[in-house]
Amino acid sequence: MLEQALRLTARKSRELLHTRLTYRTQRYLFIYIALGIPLLYFLSTRMAPILYAFNVSVREWDLLSQDKPYVGLANFSALFADEIFQKSIVNTFKFVIIGVPGQLIVGLAVALLLHNVQRFRGFFRTVYFIPYVTSIIAVSWVFRWILMRNGWLNEMLLNLGLEPQLFLQSPRQALLLITLTMIWQSTGFQMLIFMTGLEAIPRMYYEAAAIDGAGAWRKFRHITLPLLNPVIVFSAVIGVISYLQSFGQVLSMTNGGPLNATTTMVLHIYNLAFQQFKMGSAAAATVVLFAVILALTLLQLKVLNKKVEY
Amino acid sequence: MMKTNKWTTTLSGLLILTLAITGCGSNNNSNQQESPKPTATTDTSKATETADNEKDVTIEYWQYEFPAKVDLINELITEFQSLHPHITVKQTNFPYDQYNQKVATLVPAGKGPDIINLYYGWLPKYVSSGYLQPLPEDSFPTAEIESNYYPLVSAAKIDGSYYAIPTAVRTLALFYNKDLLNKAQITELPTTWEQLVETSKKLTETDAKGQFVTEGLAWEPGAQLHHWYRDGLVHQAGGQDLSEDRRKILWAETPAGLEAFQYLLDFAIKHKVGINGFYENDSNAFMTGHAALNIDGSFRLGSIKKDFADLNFGVAPLPSYKSKSAPSSFWANAIPKNVEGDKLKAASEFLKFLTSKEVQEKWVDQIGELPAQKAVATQDKYVNDEKLGPFINQLDDSRAHFFIDETQEKTLFVDATNEVLLNNVPVDKAFTDLVAKTQKLYDDYWAAVDKK
Repeated sequence: MLEQALRLTARKSRELLHTRLTYRTQRYLFIYIALGIPLLYFLSTRMAPILYAFNVSVREWDLLSQDKPYVGLANFSALFADEIFQKSIVNTFKFVIIGVPGQLIVGLAVALLLHNVQRFRGFFRTVYFIPYVTSIIAVSWVFRWILMRNGWLNEMLLNLGLEPQLFLQSPRQALLLITLTMIWQSTGFQMLIFMTGLEAIPRMYYEAAAIDGAGAWRKFRHITLPLLNPVIVFSAVIGVISYLQSFGQVLSMTNGGPLNATTTMVLHIYNLAFQQFKMGSAAAATVVLFAVILALTLLQLKVLNKKVEY
Repeated sequence: MMKTNKWTTTLSGLLILTLAITGCGSNNNSNQQESPKPTATTDTSKATETADNEKDVTIEYWQYEFPAKVDLINELITEFQSLHPHITVKQTNFPYDQYNQKVATLVPAGKGPDIINLYYGWLPKYVSSGYLQPLPEDSFPTAEIESNYYPLVSAAKIDGSYYAIPTAVRTLALFYNKDLLNKAQITELPTTWEQLVETSKKLTETDAKGQFVTEGLAWEPGAQLHHWYRDGLVHQAGGQDLSEDRRKILWAETPAGLEAFQYLLDFAIKHKVGINGFYENDSNAFMTGHAALNIDGSFRLGSIKKDFADLNFGVAPLPSYKSKSAPSSFWANAIPKNVEGDKLKAASEFLKFLTSKEVQEKWVDQIGELPAQKAVATQDKYVNDEKLGPFINQLDDSRAHFFIDETQEKTLFVDATNEVLLNNVPVDKAFTDLVAKTQKLYDDYWAAVDKK
């Protein structure tokens, strides 16, 4: 009885498929299902942990224990009363404010220079790109040694008759120096993005501008910059996100010191979670960081993304 | 027909994927509660077969990645397994700076160890999280531990029970570079606070631009000096570290705390015999011959032997003031709470082996850490050893501060010295802040413990 009924429904549904779905809809259905597979993967490996972090942020959990009592917003209020967390927010924004424009300007400058040469272009491109593929830890330690109290740079300063500097041991210099290291390391990537963008601008615009008597600056100002806008927006968004998440260089160059002058939000999250085992507070801080990144990204897309007529 | 086939394959593929993903998720969650059940059932069915013989047990030992220790443990495991054929021990290692992180993430996933090697300063955190069980009283009677081991091991006694037991302990002592002492024509080693200042002044060498060539005394608060302060200087000056119930920081109760803090800072700001960050840190500066004196631990003997075999150095007990006191510390083995039955029996067996006299002796020879039991440590061959002797002789006057959170307490101490060094904050104000902030850590810890 049941078998028969099942067979009947199966046939019916097959018939339905044939009659109701045209070839076109079937094709679309296939595409969406194919797209759905990565989505499923994304949901389970990305969204689920995010939602789980939201859940943990309202609990008290010291990682090693099994029970995670619900504490409401206590983690958030404790977090905002935490001086180091406040400082880490300020520091993180300093990283973004110095780092993102720095990276864009240096990357654009290098890209423009390379765009105008033909010989050795590949060589230069490789040289500029090497830092980007070098391990963060290795780069950080090289800079650490250069900037050491009795390191190479201080020796140079002394030879020039200048005062030696504290560099990474100074609460005033350390953050700037780490940001410069990060800019140095990401210049290659930024350059590559801009070079691709520059390639895409048709030559004829420049030729037309030249006929109209435009100089180099005006060509840059009125052709290059507006037509690079999508690339700049993309780079700014990616840059802001990556500088908001500054961590590796800070961990290996100063570990947040001296006097928390370089502690970033992510480093603080790391310390809360894996040094102090306060998973609840760490998750709460993660939620704050998530909100900041989301808000800033939306804002940037709104403000920076101006449509340019080609 | 072909098309429908494609459809069904795609759909069933999706279905399988969904099942796989959700299946995995629920598995992970239920692992911990459900896994004992099936083993229990198989146990009973097998019990009849293996009732007479001891059952085969596999236990897992976790420790951090320190090559000499990893090698020695492997050697010891082979030896132990030949003594106990039914027990198999598996060793797993994690890098030191990711150790807590790895433990913390793997344990909730149901991949815990049966014996875990922990720094004693982490114990309170592990115990208050309910992660460890007290050592089985029948194998490790409290009274026996207290009579056989050095008193510093009591840092592993929490709420009246021992939660961990070390094979070896370490103390700090004064390392000196013999060549640099000869060069400065110093024949007598400093034994008092004053002499340490005078000697390090004589040993300090600066160039024409006022930069250090050689530090008289390496000065790195974040390395061993913060230990030197808590377990050495404060007591030596007549003060105390912590109250009996481990709830109150007593540094500011007598003038000794500030006096000791000032003494430690003066090496950098007044006598200028050393500074932090010179050759990255104190041990680098000392091992490369750029620091004449350094306060460091017995664990450094091994790395000097390995990497700086030519270094002509000696070791002396720490200088003292009103009394003697030397900082000490240890790594200890503990048993997680979820270990029970045969595994627990095997784990205590292995732990007993690790704390045996033979293993303690091997540990000294191969690692350079000191035996944790008095009877083993005070043998002539160690006491009269030129390098080990000074460390062992200090064990009777040694202390191991009860850390709530080693990293945070260290950071607070380093921050206090930086306030003085970098922000010109008066020493007494930096000190008051340090005491208040450290006390707050303790208050928070105990508040959480009391709540449970």
